[in-house]
Amino acid sequence: MRRFFDSPYAVVLVLAVVVAILPLALPSLFYLRVAALICIFALAVVGLNLLIGFAGQVSLGHAGFFGIGAYAVAIGPTHLGVPPWLALIAGAAAAGIVAFLVGRPILRLRGHYLAVATLGMGLLFAMVFANESAWTGGPDGMPVPRLEVFGWRISGPWSWYWIAGVTLVIGAWIAANVIASPTGRALRAIHDSETAAQVLGIDVARYKLIAFVLSAVYAAVAGAYLAMFDGLVTPEAAGFLRSIEFVTMAVLGGLGSTLGGIVGAALLVLLPQLLTVFHDYEHIALGLVMILVMIFVPAGIVPSLATLLGWKRS
Amino acid sequence: MSRLAVDNLGISFGGVTALTDVSFNVEAGEIFAIIGPNGAGKTTLFNIVSGLYPPRQGRVLLNDEDVTGLPPFKLARRGLSRTFQNLQVFFRMSAVDNVMVGRHMHEKRNVIAHLFTLPSVLEQNRVTRAKAEELLAFVDLSDVTDRPAGNLPYGALRRLEIARALATEPKILLLDEPAAGCNPVETEEIDNVIQKIAATGVAVVLVEHDMKLVMKISHRIHVLDQGHTIAQGSAAQVRTDERVIAAYLGRHGQREAGRA
Ligand SMILES: Nc1ncnc2c1ncn2[C@@H]1O[C@H](COP(=O)(O)OP(=O)(O)O)[C@@H](O)[C@H]1O
Ligand SMILES: [Mg+2]
Repeated sequence: MRRFFDSPYAVVLVLAVVVAILPLALPSLFYLRVAALICIFALAVVGLNLLIGFAGQVSLGHAGFFGIGAYAVAIGPTHLGVPPWLALIAGAAAAGIVAFLVGRPILRLRGHYLAVATLGMGLLFAMVFANESAWTGGPDGMPVPRLEVFGWRISGPWSWYWIAGVTLVIGAWIAANVIASPTGRALRAIHDSETAAQVLGIDVARYKLIAFVLSAVYAAVAGAYLAMFDGLVTPEAAGFLRSIEFVTMAVLGGLGSTLGGIVGAALLVLLPQLLTVFHDYEHIALGLVMILVMIFVPAGIVPSLATLLGWKRS
Repeated sequence: MSRLAVDNLGISFGGVTALTDVSFNVEAGEIFAIIGPNGAGKTTLFNIVSGLYPPRQGRVLLNDEDVTGLPPFKLARRGLSRTFQNLQVFFRMSAVDNVMVGRHMHEKRNVIAHLFTLPSVLEQNRVTRAKAEELLAFVDLSDVTDRPAGNLPYGALRRLEIARALATEPKILLLDEPAAGCNPVETEEIDNVIQKIAATGVAVVLVEHDMKLVMKISHRIHVLDQGHTIAQGSAAQVRTDERVIAAYLGRHGQREAGRA
């Protein structure tokens, strides 16, 4: 058991099985829709976890990249005549390029300074989406055309559950690959001691940038999926609250744990659906969850459980 | 040609001079010790040489090439490695992973291959791990290979840092108090390890407070006091140098006086 859970691929395997059989257990389309949402958010969080949980670099602005993906699939087909699937790829690439350009100067910053800079970055994107009305529909947002692949119109919870679920499994697999590679070792080393990492020949700036770009691409794909699933995108997609939501999901589930990110996403998507109270006071609830986690399970749910059950060397 | 040459180095922090006009060179296979009372500037000197601090004046040369101001990772690629007085272990990683990180420069670093774990990556990981295990055996840490570094005792961490530094295959190795906090058995082990490293042709610069160890294994000793060089020579020369005695006794005397 212990050896199994030490392998980053164990999570991918378990995830693939869960995604495959979950629809059998879901009583209605409503829950399938929730499951699809969980997969979409989990995808963004798995990527963000590479940056925050492994490389140890905080971002409070990743909704910005989520928004780039979301608006790409809205603007591309509507204004530029680009097919939705191509807009999706272009959006992911654009987020990667923006992350590269923005990341180079701001990843020099550390700790609080980096947090504040990424926060500013996120606000900037949200502002652009809200203000460029001619392209984005302004604060009211704009409709997003349905995804069409080889003449098939993809819509509804079933299609989106499978697309998001399979993408999440692939995303988790890629994350596991990265973690087990020299790149992953470099990222973890940077997290523990940037000084030692540098002295061992690691180009710290380069690896932070790799994690930043990768996590931005994950977020953009997730953003594009959500926009296409909803058929609508508004500037909230890129808003500050969304960024905080991502970080809360990652922290709640457990930083540095891919499974943790998924569990965190599942909980924060489920809670508002199950408890209307939570829905009405989402901001407050989010803050409360953060505080309670920090007090009672600072390592996050999954790592704490794993330690408790003896699956993981503490 | 010297492996490492330090030429008139100087640095100050907020107006307080920490090092002034320090010069020396270290040859291949040599164990060169730097000693001096606490606060003499030994760690600061290492921080400049390894590229963590830019010097205010002076130059650092590796193999006769001026490398002053190069970032640490580039110096590492030119064969410089070091350990830290205040341990800089990757505490959340296992012992063997710590050493594997030290192999970074010698690994293929194609990120695209890493994303998809191409077969070459698996082979790379296997080779890196084998090399890391070899180095753990060299510093006698084989029995903690897969233990999280955060759970290891102090003496083991000192040796872990040495193994990790060796993983880079350095030509110049800076050791900052490698025996600090170690028991006599561990100190003896570190003594052996350092001599073996130097025997392979590595230029070793050793900062250490354990005078028995320093006097026994160093070929030459450089003495700093308050950022100034006060002596340099063999163990026998340094031991009898009046300024050295004064520096050590003086400090000691002051401390005693302060207590009284
Ligand atoms: N980053 C720094 N900022 C300010 N002062 C420093 C810094 N690093 C070292 N110093 C000062 O430089 C002097 C030398 O310190 P150090 O090199 O650590 O001595 P040693 O290693 O010989 O005990 C001390 O007075 C110390 O306070
Ligand atoms: Mg020191």
